[in-house]
Amino acid sequence: MTGRRNRRRAALLIAPLALFLGVFFFWPLATMLAQSVSDPAVGRVLPLTSAAIADWDGQGVPPPEIQRAFATDLHEATDDLAVGDMVRRLNSAQSGFRSLMNKTLPAVREDVDVDLASLDRKWSNPAYWQAIRGAVSPLTDRNLLATMDLERNAGGEINRMPAGSSANGAIILRTLVVSAIVTLCCLLIGLPYAMIAASVTGWRRAVLLGAVLLPLWTSLLVRTAAWFILLQDSGLINGMLTGLGIVDQPVQLIFNRLGVVIAMTHVLLPFMVLPIYSVLATIPANLMPAAASLGARPLRAFWRVLLPLALRGILSGVLLVFMTAIGYYITPALVGGANDQMISAVITQYATGSANWGMAAALGVVLLALTLVLYACYGWLSREDAVRLS
Amino acid sequence: MRWLKGAYASLAVIFLMAPLLVILPLAFTSSAFLTYPIPSFSTRWFIELVDNAVWQRSIVNSLIIAPSTTALATVLGTLAALGLRGRVPFAATLRTVFLLPMVVPAVVMGVGMQVLFVRLGLVNSYLGVILAHTVLAIPFVLISVSGSLAGIDRRVERAAESLGASPVRTFTRVTLPLMMPGVLSGAALAFALSLDEVVLTLFVAGPNQRTLARQMFSTLRENISPAIASAAFIIIVGTVVVTALLFLAGRGWQRQRRS
Repeated sequence: MTGRRNRRRAALLIAPLALFLGVFFFWPLATMLAQSVSDPAVGRVLPLTSAAIADWDGQGVPPPEIQRAFATDLHEATDDLAVGDMVRRLNSAQSGFRSLMNKTLPAVREDVDVDLASLDRKWSNPAYWQAIRGAVSPLTDRNLLATMDLERNAGGEINRMPAGSSANGAIILRTLVVSAIVTLCCLLIGLPYAMIAASVTGWRRAVLLGAVLLPLWTSLLVRTAAWFILLQDSGLINGMLTGLGIVDQPVQLIFNRLGVVIAMTHVLLPFMVLPIYSVLATIPANLMPAAASLGARPLRAFWRVLLPLALRGILSGVLLVFMTAIGYYITPALVGGANDQMISAVITQYATGSANWGMAAALGVVLLALTLVLYACYGWLSREDAVRLS
Repeated sequence: MRWLKGAYASLAVIFLMAPLLVILPLAFTSSAFLTYPIPSFSTRWFIELVDNAVWQRSIVNSLIIAPSTTALATVLGTLAALGLRGRVPFAATLRTVFLLPMVVPAVVMGVGMQVLFVRLGLVNSYLGVILAHTVLAIPFVLISVSGSLAGIDRRVERAAESLGASPVRTFTRVTLPLMMPGVLSGAALAFALSLDEVVLTLFVAGPNQRTLARQMFSTLRENISPAIASAAFIIIVGTVVVTALLFLAGRGWQRQRRS
């Protein structure tokens, strides 16, 4: 009885947070998923055409009743904003639509029975009607295909976009490459660092761990701004290099790949050091001397004894750093150049710059999927850990 | 070998600490540029922050948004942490789900929130920004409070109950004081996170809700001035002061309880 009451009390305590996250976290995510496949701009303005054109086989010019439905839809469309959205959407599917509609709209508004083909001979071209047919559906895979530089042709087959027309594939690849480089740098710096931190004691260990934790607690924005100060042409690093006579001209350290890798490595290094350290701290300190007393040279002892034991921490750190890196926005946006922008920057550009939420959402879906797969691997890894310990 | 280890560790510590040590003195530069050497020390950039309408506004906005986020996230997170302590079905799954805002890239959340908040009429409002920041802050509160709850010996609470204390009294006199450090550090983390948040603010806030961090972000992109270092100084000091105040409040509260 008390068990049931306790359970009800627990449910009541959890409910507010569950409700809050449901509304303000999962609903936005669902909205984004829906946005990536939704395409209502044309179907909303042309309801009759949508119904009529579904039966059309796409060959030649559509029969008069479809043309009639189209003219009626346009005649009755009064929302100029929605009409503008529709024209923009159709023009992106078939160039020339904008001028065609500029001509057609006033004529149809005046007289719904106007003969379209005699108004503009483009209406005798099936390509324009095919574009309408392709765009009336409220659902589309156009944006998701575009994230991989794919598109459908007029016949509905999936093709590779012409070279140079879409940079999405290249940006996703760049995101993965930069994240991999940053992860590798973090591993190369972080693994020896964690090993040293685990091997010393007292104030030395406190200093080494403090140096990892303090940046973690400091504002990310402040750290990025600090790298801005250090890396700029008149910054401290260039000042030191020229002052010591190592270089004559300031080296370009900011607004390029190098700057992004340096700053992101600094920001993400704690996420590599801490998991490795926490695993190494549980390894008995006399293991390495034992290996040495059995005749293993330091390198061999490291390779055969320490590394296998630390592998789990290393994998956790690698996954954590890589997962965080692919979604990073602020650091690449501030210290990177135009050719170092990663997927997050492009999403922001689509959403806040060009108001193309469909494309922003589709790239968001790609980023979300990548992140969740990595998180699942990380979760699986730490659960294995918990099972093994219990 | 030993010498090499020391050198490596020193270099790594310098790499980790240098950025933090470099930015703070520049907050007090008298120069118009964000560079070393500092010609002389002055407080002109702090005065700029207070006098300039845009910076002033952003500080006020942060002072509205960060405490509200802290309060909301701390209440929701603490309640859920208490609930998850009991024998709840799917407790582990729920915990994983509640921690997801920490994992999902902020930009992904930002796109969804922008589209949804436009529909709900929450875009360009203080409430929208506070709700967005709260989503991000909740996992930190949850982890922090759960950590301190896990350290409580349940037998202490059972002892109080067996001595005749009502559940409410057991909670206020036993559980709450013991979990307080976790609640306070969760609140401090939520405050620091809200103060530093840029990405969701970029998507959800209008020009009237620009926070200090958001203003720093655009200043870094557009016209770099030492005001950034001064703002960074304020963010660091603000975080430290709030953390210290919360801990002092917690200690005072506990002492009062004990006596």
